[in-house]
Amino acid sequence: MDEFVLIFRHEDGTKVASPEQIQIWMKQTMDWIGGIAAQNKFVSGTGLPFADAKIVGHGGVVTNGPFGEIKETIGGFITVKAESVEEAVEFAKGCPVLQGDGNTVEVRKIAKNDGVH
Amino acid sequence: MQNPELIPHLFRTEYRKIVSVLCRRFGFDEMETAEDITSDTFLTAAQSWSYKGIPPNPTAWLYNVAKNKAKNHLQRNATFQAKVSPEIQTADSYEQDIDLSPQNISDSQLQMMFAICHPAIPPEAQIGLALRILCGFGIDEIAEAFLTGKETINKRLFRAKEKIRNEKIKIELPAPAEIDNRLENVLTTIYLLFSEGYYSVSDNQILRKDLCFEAMRLCHMLIENGGTNKPPVNALLSLMYFHASRFEARTDPNGGLILYDDQDTTLWNQELIARGAWHLNQATTGTQLSKYHLEASIAYWHTQKTDSKEKWENILQLYNRLLQIAYSPVAALNRTFALAKANTPEEAIIEAEKLQLTGNQFYYTLLGELYTGINNEQAKLHFEKALTLIKTPADRAVIQSKIDTLENR
Repeated sequence: MDEFVLIFRHEDGTKVASPEQIQIWMKQTMDWIGGIAAQNKFVSGTGLPFADAKIVGHGGVVTNGPFGEIKETIGGFITVKAESVEEAVEFAKGCPVLQGDGNTVEVRKIAKNDGVH
Repeated sequence: MQNPELIPHLFRTEYRKIVSVLCRRFGFDEMETAEDITSDTFLTAAQSWSYKGIPPNPTAWLYNVAKNKAKNHLQRNATFQAKVSPEIQTADSYEQDIDLSPQNISDSQLQMMFAICHPAIPPEAQIGLALRILCGFGIDEIAEAFLTGKETINKRLFRAKEKIRNEKIKIELPAPAEIDNRLENVLTTIYLLFSEGYYSVSDNQILRKDLCFEAMRLCHMLIENGGTNKPPVNALLSLMYFHASRFEARTDPNGGLILYDDQDTTLWNQELIARGAWHLNQATTGTQLSKYHLEASIAYWHTQKTDSKEKWENILQLYNRLLQIAYSPVAALNRTFALAKANTPEEAIIEAEKLQLTGNQFYYTLLGELYTGINNEQAKLHFEKALTLIKTPADRAVIQSKIDTLENR
């Protein structure tokens, strides 16, 4: 069994949602994660609040990030266990972030500490 | 109280105290001797009291006799050692008193609890030892609780004691820095003990309740000690109080199981519920969120019989979090049931079928429940599948009646 990170990419991190909308997303996200955990496939994960975000650039230049020219940002990630990347993709399909037009979930395998990866 | 009831009663309350003190005094190497001396004390009491009458203070009498027997044993040992190896100075080793003061009894029991619940000892053996040494259960009672023979229990205890000696486990409280870590295992054993009683396959209702109350008593001992009175301990005790509040409501007079939905709520013990709530409150003093916090919170919602969207939404979210920190098939199944109540049965069916817990009777029971009213033919098939996996007659009767109801629709 491998571990995969599902990274939530928001097309436009500057969009502001209403508190009611945020609450609905929260519940959907918790239910989605709960469903993965109920299959004993959840490893860990966290949301990444947009507040207090900084970008450190070349030469130590710090900007208030993550939004500069590019509005796309990462809203959070979870790590799951899966037999294959296809199974991980099936988990990703249920992610509520995908309800937002243009948002994506990136599925990446975690490098094993076996000297090959 | 008459003699015939007094001795078993005292055995239940005093055996564990005397044996813990003696064990701590002698060390695990002489654990059997501690048990023998304690049993022997009760035998002496039975013989003496039947013709001399019950002494004014039976407990003090028992402590005295146990003390003398223990001192004799130490003295014999000292003499033996002095003869075999004269260079060993043993003159005052037995002079130290056998201390049966309340403080030392309580300390000894607490230390024994940590020693028995040592991670090196297999869980099954821990429960057996806990019942014998910490709860003073007889071998035949333990055998009945596990639905097995005395021989099996004796072997299991023997191996557990061997393990304790081989691992050189000490009878002491862990250092403060280690407490949280070791406490986790102690709580696991206590909860296993409780579950053994609550979900046991044994028909003996009194024995089952005893197991539950013993688990709660051990948890109380941890709370009474400042060093071990931690939030997860309170959370576990709260959880057990909430479950125990339904004791009278969950079985019919013939020992049959009454499901939650069919229980008479006037039989729910409000005092136990209140105590559970108090300890749940005590559990929220830290930043730590243990699985017991989540389970106790779920159990709290179950003490509210009225079905509401709020209740099931809360239960669902608690299960979502519980599964993230401590997966178990039972939690996965219960979470899916809550999902049906909070969201829709259709969504829950899709989620349930992903679980694939095909060796688990409750998996099929859950699917049967979820399909009832949506696709009764499927519901019946799942209940029938559950029947093939069920082990106890009480459970079988519950499922059979569900099938009968579906057939008569």
